Amino acid sequence: MQESKIQLPLKADTLSFWTKDYFKYVPPAFLTLILLIGQLSFGILDTYLNIIASVCTAIIAELILGRLLFGVWKNPASAYISGISVGILIRSNMVWPYVVTALISIMSKYILRYKGRHLWNPSNFGVSWMLLMAPLSVAGLSIQWGSNFLPLAVIWILGLVIVNRAKRLHVTLTYVISFVVLAYVRSLITGDTFLSEVSPLTGPMYQLFVFFMITDPPTAVSTKRGRILVAILVAVVEFFLRLDSFIYAPFYALCLVGPLSKFIDMKMQAKKQVIITQPKNA
Amino acid sequence: MSRRKSLYQLITTIVFIGLLVSSALFSRQHSFQQSGNNSLQEASALKKYGFYLTPDNAEANITFRHTPPELDKKLNKIAPQIASMGAAVSVVDFDNDGWNDLYFTNSGTGSKNALYRNLHNGKFQDVAAEVGLADLNTKGTGSSMGAIWGDYDNDGFTDMLLYKWGQPELFHNINGKKFERVTDSGLPDWINTNSAIWFDFNNDGLLDLFIGGYYKPEFKLSELNTTKIMPESFRYANNGGRNYLLLNTGNGKFKDVTVEYGLTSTKWTLAAGAADFTGDGYPELYVADDYNVDEFYINQGGKKFVEMGKQAGVGFTPKSGMNTSFGDIGNDGMLGVYTTNITEKGILIQGNNYWQPQSDKMEQPKFVNLGQLSGIENAGWSYGAQFGDLNNDGYMDLYVANGFISGKKNTSYWYDYSKVTGGNSSIIGDADNWPDMQGKSQSGYEQNKIWLNNSDGLFEDVSDETCPPATYDSRSVVVADLWNRGVLDVVVANQNNVPLIYKNHVEGGNHWVDFDLHGTASNASAVGAKVVLEWNGKKQVQIVTGGIGFSSQNQHRLHFGIGKNTKVDRVTIYWPSGRVDHIENPGIDKLHLINEKK
Repeated sequence: MQESKIQLPLKADTLSFWTKDYFKYVPPAFLTLILLIGQLSFGILDTYLNIIASVCTAIIAELILGRLLFGVWKNPASAYISGISVGILIRSNMVWPYVVTALISIMSKYILRYKGRHLWNPSNFGVSWMLLMAPLSVAGLSIQWGSNFLPLAVIWILGLVIVNRAKRLHVTLTYVISFVVLAYVRSLITGDTFLSEVSPLTGPMYQLFVFFMITDPPTAVSTKRGRILVAILVAVVEFFLRLDSFIYAPFYALCLVGPLSKFIDMKMQAKKQVIITQPKNA
Repeated sequence: MSRRKSLYQLITTIVFIGLLVSSALFSRQHSFQQSGNNSLQEASALKKYGFYLTPDNAEANITFRHTPPELDKKLNKIAPQIASMGAAVSVVDFDNDGWNDLYFTNSGTGSKNALYRNLHNGKFQDVAAEVGLADLNTKGTGSSMGAIWGDYDNDGFTDMLLYKWGQPELFHNINGKKFERVTDSGLPDWINTNSAIWFDFNNDGLLDLFIGGYYKPEFKLSELNTTKIMPESFRYANNGGRNYLLLNTGNGKFKDVTVEYGLTSTKWTLAAGAADFTGDGYPELYVADDYNVDEFYINQGGKKFVEMGKQAGVGFTPKSGMNTSFGDIGNDGMLGVYTTNITEKGILIQGNNYWQPQSDKMEQPKFVNLGQLSGIENAGWSYGAQFGDLNNDGYMDLYVANGFISGKKNTSYWYDYSKVTGGNSSIIGDADNWPDMQGKSQSGYEQNKIWLNNSDGLFEDVSDETCPPATYDSRSVVVADLWNRGVLDVVVANQNNVPLIYKNHVEGGNHWVDFDLHGTASNASAVGAKVVLEWNGKKQVQIVTGGIGFSSQNQHRLHFGIGKNTKVDRVTIYWPSGRVDHIENPGIDKLHLINEKK
């Protein structure tokens, strides 16, 4: 899920910090709002214990690992998003998968790195791993939250406003358009109705995916054109995974395409840097 | 990087890899389903677990085969999914000869239901045509989904309600010789139901009826003018059929008091059970719903029902409720409620529930789910389940029927299913939007679960070791002593297939005692009567029900295993009329016929 860019220790002047950087707290606030709407409208959380476990695990892991490995007390906003995403996106009758998924998500940020940057969106990695490798303990959120149109509309409108403010609207729109077009192509191939192919987009799993996961700034590539290309690539990989009946295709697609794109982007950026700096050194 | 940071980095990496590997290995090394190899032979199973089930269809002369209901062609794409119910079995002694008989429902248009009369020699004979209970799926009348038995007119012979996706019908038992259709009884004209129970909710001595709605009653599934018949949501659907609460007013007449009594829910009901959880003598109603939360109705003195599912703790998590059965798994004198749901690895891990009440006498009952702790949570795509002491060791074991659709092997409809179930109501609610099943399986070829109660509140999965392998799409299950041997046999109705008649071979040495109750001030079937057996410091409770499980009804008599003990201290019988009887030291290894004193 989308991470806050804040990586510095909390400033001493908390009031000033909040007023200056308030927008960085909008995504976590929005995610909390989605959770509240889902919970108050439909009671989506089977128990509060699971989400408390995943959020607390993620925050504690972030604080400890940040301190031990980077020597800083990291702002917990990013870990909060990861924890809450894990709590919403996986389903298990036991508590330990929420703890383990949150741990894997946060730890991936510190272990799976290239040139000082993490490549995977933390919760995307954690959730994808558990869904693929631990199916006996974990299932995904592949069911709708209800048929009430209002909560759905609120989530979509607020989500679009926020990704627009975060300058990631092009990512969300590109992915959504690509998904719809490819859903039509899939319907021609499978013979199933277009509505059944486009149906997942109307569910909560995709709402979280298009607003938080695929738009994640730290793991996105550096150019707008690149991000659009990556969104299309994610949709295309998902298209093939869906043809092979992968229920959690969007997570797996992002998990495959995202890091690879980021890696290539960083390589290209490094080359550009060399080209730019070489004449000066000459 | 400092040495200390390098060390932290190393430790973090090791822990990270450890988490990845261990989470993956756990799923590789365990399974919800047993291997299906069925490793133990009868002799070793008897020695190890004290019982072994052998299929006895041929010896018992039971040749019934279920056929699915006929559907409108508009539903062809997902016909196997919709026509996936109707195989039901119930136990009755319709001729009062002291031997249990079996009734199977069929669902195909023109197919025949079967009433297997017990011939007392190990064999059964289908007498349904002879007594007028066979040809009940004729064109235009709908498809049978199940039957429940109760003496609604207190004449001493057990009558039958047949519920259908169609016209429900009441049959009056004429001296155990034949059945006459009761006309103008006040039953609804057309319902699409998979659950009904007899119970006396106002304790007036007359059996009343609860009928749960599944599809809306306005749909005739064989002749539709719309495909918008599906649930509006996978978890929050309220567009199912209405329920019916029918008050027995005497003389074969029933009055619809559903609205008056507050049972106006339109969730997709698949099972119901009635028992007194508040200790006031009036039965509460537990309703298991598909696509939504279960409901728990408190009976307010026989005057009204109030839904208190959330307050009781059972109404929070929407699952796929398909069964309601009662069992006292800890011998603490309290009945728990077992409900079944769906468990499919990596896709939907709902788990079954065992709701243990926190006390047997509470104005506002509270339950806690012990399904996971007791090890009876994950079975598969479960339907019916029944508790019963299969090895007579004094602890109630559990049999759970599994399997949804066994289509083409190595295929799965789950991906297609997940596409629409994750979508908006306008998509999921229209059968036309659902992908074509093309003969695919969905949670098919599953083995039924046999869980042995190990006396410490923990159950052991002995499915692989206590009966030969079988992977039918099982629906309703009953436990009954079919050959009057003092053991519980098991009968399973399988969709589109033959039933399984399991003869239970029990290791000698364990004792038992049975009670068959007949009411006088209470309803004649004694439905709602509670029997508490005390022996060797243990206390087990069972109740007489008028339908329990999924589309099923167990034998009328109550069976208690007591292990190696040779003495029962006391039996207390709580009759629906309010009368309480105590019997000191009842004889063991025998059936006690008990009539309520007037």
